[in-house]
Amino acid sequence: MNPSAPALQATFGNAIGRVVEARGETIVTVAKGAVRDVLRWLRDTTGQEYNYLVDVTAVEYRDRERALEVVWNLRSLGSRQDLRIKVELAPRGELEVPSVTDLWAGANWLEREVFDMFGVRFTGHPDLRRILMWETYAEGYPLRKDFPLRGRFSRSEQVRQALNVNPEGHYSLEELAIAESYDELPAEMRDRLARGQRDRIPNSE
Amino acid sequence: MKHLETVNGSDNWLTTKLTSLVNWAVNQSRANSLWPMPFGTACCAIEFMATAASRFDLARFGMERQAFSPRQSDVLICAGRLPFKLAPVIRRIYDQMPQPKWVISMGACASTGGIFDNYAMVQGIDTVVPVDVYVPGCPPRPEGLLYGILMLHKKIKGEDLFDPTLRVEHLLDDTGLRLPPEQIDEISEPFGNSVQQFRSA
Repeated sequence: MNPSAPALQATFGNAIGRVVEARGETIVTVAKGAVRDVLRWLRDTTGQEYNYLVDVTAVEYRDRERALEVVWNLRSLGSRQDLRIKVELAPRGELEVPSVTDLWAGANWLEREVFDMFGVRFTGHPDLRRILMWETYAEGYPLRKDFPLRGRFSRSEQVRQALNVNPEGHYSLEELAIAESYDELPAEMRDRLARGQRDRIPNSE
Repeated sequence: MKHLETVNGSDNWLTTKLTSLVNWAVNQSRANSLWPMPFGTACCAIEFMATAASRFDLARFGMERQAFSPRQSDVLICAGRLPFKLAPVIRRIYDQMPQPKWVISMGACASTGGIFDNYAMVQGIDTVVPVDVYVPGCPPRPEGLLYGILMLHKKIKGEDLFDPTLRVEHLLDDTGLRLPPEQIDEISEPFGNSVQQFRSA
């Protein structure tokens, strides 16, 4: 059992639900309201220091009564510990969890993928757009259990919609704006971009 | 002059049409210097690379120059499955290629969607661009692709330069589709490719 699990129970009490150990991996279920504090605590507390967010994903089970789970896989590079945090949501309710992009900048695209595939909204995410499917994709969320394998529209409609998409539309407005107005940027900034230098990644401390 | 008289007196004459001569000359040169535009999306592209490399050597068939630039190429080789997200991309590349142009659909996924009968995958690139040669296989061995290229050579050599319909550019019409919607639905059905025999170009 990962020692962080009892530490979480001691610190957060009722907010911590089931703690399971499966094949040497520790899984902690957390109340939805507390998950941000729990993750922040795991990242910042001395002795925990889960500084690497491996993955954010979600699971929906075939059993319709079972909750849809949002999963955070954490790893502490210092102490070489893995920890899995889960939040349970009602599959037919409001799918909303707080974003952790300000804790781990890498969560940005991971959360976009969960949003794209499951329709889970991450509140506080700076740019919650689809990432795998195109932005105007209208058939729903492909990895949900109620989503038919071949999609909801007819094949011809799917081809028609796909062909009508502008491939450049996959870039964010910021990315396009930078490309188009490159010449108008201050000389010093152009120089930095040309050398591949980037500013400090925001919110990474 | 004796030589010429012999020829004049000979029975060994062959008559032909100028058009046939032109067809032969142009098609021969077209077929033997096809510049491919590789559109590699998956494992078929690995086989394509093997085909292009020294052991199988695509250059033997006049394909020395891999364009990677649609405006300088003659044959689009789609090697791999085509997701819906790439459909407008391959369509744009095809539209950018100058006539004459041909398309080889390499592998099961490019030709029919293959095992990916799902929400994300185009069920055969012929719903997006016209295809001249379908190469079966998952993925096809380099010999398979070479055979497909030789089939394309054969097709090109049989073309009639004076056929006005052959080199017409068919842009997407108001429906935004290349084929009638019913036809796309029909060939996109599971096994639609083997049931629908109108697929061959």
